[in-house]
Amino acid sequence: MFKLFKIAIRNLMRYKRRTLLTSSLIALGVMFVLVFVAASGSFKYIMIGQITDSMLGHLQVHKRGYVASIDSLPLTLNLSAKQEEKLEKTIKGIPGIEAFSPRIKFGGMFSNFIETTNIRINGVYPDKEIATVPLFPSRIKQGEKAIKKGEILIPELLANGLKVKVGDTVVVIATNKDGSVNGKQFVVGGIIESVTGPGGRDGYMYIEDAMEVLRMEEIEISEVAVRLKDFGKLNAVNDKMDRLLSKELNKQGKPVFDVRTWERLSPFYNVARMIDVMTFFIKIMLIAIVLISIMNVMIMAVFERIREIGTIAAIGTMPEKILSLFLIEGFSLGISGAAAGSILAIIVVFVMNVVKITFNFGRQAGLALSPSLKVNDMLFISAIVIIASVIAALQPALKASRMEPVEALRHV
Amino acid sequence: MNLVSAENLTKIYNVGEIEIEALKSVSFNVQSASFVSFIGPSGSGKTTLLNLIGCLDKPTSGSLKVADVDTSSLTRKKAAVFRGINLGFIFQDFNLIPVLSVYENVEYPLLVVQNVSAEERKKRIASLLETVGMIDQRDKYPGQISGGQKQRVAIARALVTNPRLVLADEPTANLDSKTAFMVIDIMRKMKEEYGVTFIFSTHDQRVVNEVEAVYTLQDGMLVEDAIREGETNV
Repeated sequence: MFKLFKIAIRNLMRYKRRTLLTSSLIALGVMFVLVFVAASGSFKYIMIGQITDSMLGHLQVHKRGYVASIDSLPLTLNLSAKQEEKLEKTIKGIPGIEAFSPRIKFGGMFSNFIETTNIRINGVYPDKEIATVPLFPSRIKQGEKAIKKGEILIPELLANGLKVKVGDTVVVIATNKDGSVNGKQFVVGGIIESVTGPGGRDGYMYIEDAMEVLRMEEIEISEVAVRLKDFGKLNAVNDKMDRLLSKELNKQGKPVFDVRTWERLSPFYNVARMIDVMTFFIKIMLIAIVLISIMNVMIMAVFERIREIGTIAAIGTMPEKILSLFLIEGFSLGISGAAAGSILAIIVVFVMNVVKITFNFGRQAGLALSPSLKVNDMLFISAIVIIASVIAALQPALKASRMEPVEALRHV
Repeated sequence: MNLVSAENLTKIYNVGEIEIEALKSVSFNVQSASFVSFIGPSGSGKTTLLNLIGCLDKPTSGSLKVADVDTSSLTRKKAAVFRGINLGFIFQDFNLIPVLSVYENVEYPLLVVQNVSAEERKKRIASLLETVGMIDQRDKYPGQISGGQKQRVAIARALVTNPRLVLADEPTANLDSKTAFMVIDIMRKMKEEYGVTFIFSTHDQRVVNEVEAVYTLQDGMLVEDAIREGETNV
């Protein structure tokens, strides 16, 4: 086999320029795919990190049916104190969970005594909220990076629209689940960065203040956001939590709780999926490049060496060895292209990290792309290229191995 | 003892709708360790006959035995194995593998076809390259040596597997007189030293004068044979 490799390499070196061009084409293809995978992966994880660490959490638990009506923030679908207690007990029993934050969410009116607009309020325990979504404080653009009793953090969108500043007194009015309306004065403790989507009108207050606005005698939770120790174990923890919580049934015999990962809660998941689909199609393009270029080279190689094939067949070389010889040539082209492409990709990714490419996402500016190449990705892309190379070489190699020696020797 | 035995050998080629009878009921025997030539003008069927003897092609009808094996019934793979063990080939255009050195070209059949041990390979190649006078050129590539030298390497390659029969299709056609004689001389020495049977196809009178038996082909038929030294018969 080693000898066949040696002959195959020499055959490739016989047409140096052609081999170099083909290998370069494959190398460039591999490099572009790896750099794209690294950059898009980095973009994706920055975005996921931004969304989950500043607002959503990795997982959320609601009362079943709540998510379907989430736009209206229905207070009638909140978890009762008893249910919340059971939920907390279950969460605390799962080792992969780092933190969780119960939230009361409701819609209300926000007034600066001159103008009024609608607002979405999140009543939270500040310490639990920050432990669950650690980027939350970085969203507070003005004021103290904390949520205090009697204070409200209002979204930038409302602050600008109603010309409200930190320290101003405002009123929040809301209808509770019984239909009665209540209002409470708050001091604006901070102005929070608005996010893209309905969350752009989200304000924050202490959970007990929210209970007071809604005249709750005992706590009723709209959702519990959960942060995991290892984001990679998202599905495993989700499954475990779902399994444990599915034992809690309501009067109709249906599960009380609804556990969802961030993917089922954020529209950005579709963007992340689109990135994955784009990556998939780019890989398909790479395979096409490899298949076409190697098949072209190997067809040429077989055509140019017909007499040589006839000679080696005449002196007794078995068809399988002739097949192997050409397959090894394709394999060698593929492996050299994959290796060169991987090295180029490492260099390009290194340069990208040195240069620090920044981008804006929604209202967040200056996010730095930090692409990294994973060994698994490099091995996977290289394996795809090598397999495609061998497949591309298969047809010409079969043709060579099936050639009748007498006809091959007659070829001019 | 007959090494090659052909009876009523016929080969018909179909070119489009036209049938070309390249060999017409040819019968002959070639004894072991003989030096035989098939002569005739172009298109007389010499190469076709050599291809049949060399198991590169199959006869349309008739029987052909080489080393007591009915080669017309061999499958493609069995024919390749048979060629690798029993036959050596020398071509008009030398047909050396351009990416292999002189040494590697001779080594190729031992390594890829016969899987001979490294030590044995080394011994056999050195001996043959010495005999054909190419030991000093062992590291050169075919593109770096002359036509005569190439043919000497081809002779070494054909003999390195210790075949029983070497088939040479117009081995001197591309060589000058001096080199042609030298090549013929080497082949004759090989025949004497190793007891190998040589069958040539040629229309080179220089070769014809050197062989032990001559068969003349014309229009696919054996029209005449000449036996020298009584070593070959029909």
